[in-house]
Amino acid sequence: MYRLIALLIVTVAATCAAAEPTQFTVTLKDHRFVPAELIVPAGQKIKLIVDNQDASAEEFESYELNREKIVGANARIIVWIGPLKAGRYPFFGEFHADTAQGALIAE
Amino acid sequence: MLATALLVFREVLEAALIISIVMAATRGIHRRGRFVSSGIALGVLGAVLVAGFASRIADAVEGTGQELLNATVLLAAVLMLAWHAIWMARHGRELSAQMQAVGAEVSTGSRPLAALLVVVALAVLREGSEIVLFLFGIGTGESSVLAMLLGGGLGLVGGIVVGFGLYFGLLRIPMRHFFSASNWMILLLAAGMASHAAHYLIQADWLPALGAAIWDSSMLLSDHSLVGQALHTLIGYDARPAGMQLIFYVSTALLIYTGMQKCNRAQA
Repeated sequence: MYRLIALLIVTVAATCAAAEPTQFTVTLKDHRFVPAELIVPAGQKIKLIVDNQDASAEEFESYELNREKIVGANARIIVWIGPLKAGRYPFFGEFHADTAQGALIAE
Repeated sequence: MLATALLVFREVLEAALIISIVMAATRGIHRRGRFVSSGIALGVLGAVLVAGFASRIADAVEGTGQELLNATVLLAAVLMLAWHAIWMARHGRELSAQMQAVGAEVSTGSRPLAALLVVVALAVLREGSEIVLFLFGIGTGESSVLAMLLGGGLGLVGGIVVGFGLYFGLLRIPMRHFFSASNWMILLLAAGMASHAAHYLIQADWLPALGAAIWDSSMLLSDHSLVGQALHTLIGYDARPAGMQLIFYVSTALLIYTGMQKCNRAQA
């Protein structure tokens, strides 16, 4: 009986984990994205966390991804993306576009 | 300084274009100047507030507060524009006849003006809060405050000049066609805002994208170019629209168009 319950819990947990979208994090420091390039799966929705460790606000923006979102000083935001076709999707920080450049690579 | 000027210019441009259309659409209506300037003032106040609470707004509703706020603001503006367009379809003809007869401002009551005051305030709020956050960010950085103010001022003036350009261009439309033309512009403006609202709801994962990019016309006209950006504001141009955005765009345009036709017929 206990085994059955344990099995059930494991199964449910596994299902939940599968339903949970793939999550990626990119950090902003000194107005640069780290890592500057992220490889993400194509054909599925992904959850991108942008973690701004700078003392000033930034706007995460991408024409290719059709996304724009302000991320406050020392704050984190969630950006839902995709499902993407395979390819390269540049993004940038609009407030410091000379240094804050990055890209998602969907494979 | 130039980077600051360009960024401020881009944000101001969007609000300025919307205000120009509102100014054109209320041509000849008594007391419109006061309504539009109140709208701008309220918008600036709102922009400072939104910028001040930016982080708290962003964290709200599981991190989707910013998208929900933007979508709500846009949809509220769509409602006001729709109401104005339908109201004008009913009263536009008598209005232009009256204006041609007396050649002066006419009093229509303040109801349509109040709706457009909201549109102006919301446009300034949305674009203005980004400018405040951006300038504040530079202010806390190492760049000089003078360069920031100069750049900001330059961008502001540039945006306003383009807005005036559009306004005076619209005024050249002959009086007979003027209100139907400005009404069409309001319709397209509203449809574009609805599509932009859908864009935010998709980004927040509240709506499915129904195709992340139905087409890609960025090779022809990029969203980043000034023309692309102006068209984005004026008619909702998007180089890579999601399916849901198209649905919002077409439904809004159809609903307003139907409303305009119905009111026109009811009057005739």
